[in-house]
Amino acid sequence: MLDLYGTSLSNRLLLGTARYPSPAILADAVRASRTEIVTVSLRRETAGTSKSGTFFELIRTLGVRVLPNTAGCHTVSEAVLTAKMAREVFATDWIKLEVIGNHDTLQPDVFGLVEAARILSGEGFKVFPYMTDDLVVAERLLEAGCAVLMPWCAPIGSAMGPINLSALRSMRAHFPDVPLIVDAGIGRPSHAATVMELGFDAVLLNTAVAGAGDPVAMAAAFAGAIEAGRSAHHAGLLEPRDMAIPSTPVIGKAVFS
Amino acid sequence: MKLTINGEDHQTEIAVLSDLLVWLDYEGDWLATAVNGELVHREDRLGFALNDRDRIEILSPMQGG
Repeated sequence: MLDLYGTSLSNRLLLGTARYPSPAILADAVRASRTEIVTVSLRRETAGTSKSGTFFELIRTLGVRVLPNTAGCHTVSEAVLTAKMAREVFATDWIKLEVIGNHDTLQPDVFGLVEAARILSGEGFKVFPYMTDDLVVAERLLEAGCAVLMPWCAPIGSAMGPINLSALRSMRAHFPDVPLIVDAGIGRPSHAATVMELGFDAVLLNTAVAGAGDPVAMAAAFAGAIEAGRSAHHAGLLEPRDMAIPSTPVIGKAVFS
Repeated sequence: MKLTINGEDHQTEIAVLSDLLVWLDYEGDWLATAVNGELVHREDRLGFALNDRDRIEILSPMQGG
């Protein structure tokens, strides 16, 4: 079981809810993924549209937990206020904390991230920080009160997959007891399987499913890959080697010459 | 007085946050409100006094990654 801030979860995929072709496909993809946590956000409400509850009512019918984010926030004060407004709307103290530092890469501003994490942890939030794979930043976030870390494996929406495997390996080795969730950059099920094989606890993704030709089928594919990667990690993987080893035993083999 | 609501300027004499939401035809319970960068809880909107040049944010759930 995966334990996130005292909540036990049997599924290791966290799924974003943005960019699906339709609400019905979003709902079917959530079911096919077997996820127990979906990410949501907040936007400026347009007066008189009366649409504000429609999306969230759909999510509530799916029986999943929500993890609100602070997407689009570039300053500590924006992120802190957005987190407080999210807690008001979604009635959860969980927050996926994003403080964006660069428009092109959507790289987190890790200095602002640590500061916002400290403020929010002090106000009772359970912070899920979207971060780089930097070990020192990880240490600072843990000191700030985070009990879960969410390193990127590549820029958001890039679909590049894990571009720095040694950094991810290093993170896993340095923080063996901290739940680590790879958030952002996953493009294919094989990417998700790879980080799960490294021993990561879960994967958070959105675009790889929502942007697929068949998001529902892709959600199921990711679910399978994440389970496979997790099982493989526990089963004990072989390390690569330079030379061949015959898989068929040579002892007792007939000699004809 | 002038109020900036979700980034747009409005002229109104409505001086209470809950009344403003009704005037602007906001419906439903899925709203979070902030005035001048501070959260105003749902239960505090009734009777929350607004002043000239206040900046008001009204947010609601949306899809997110």
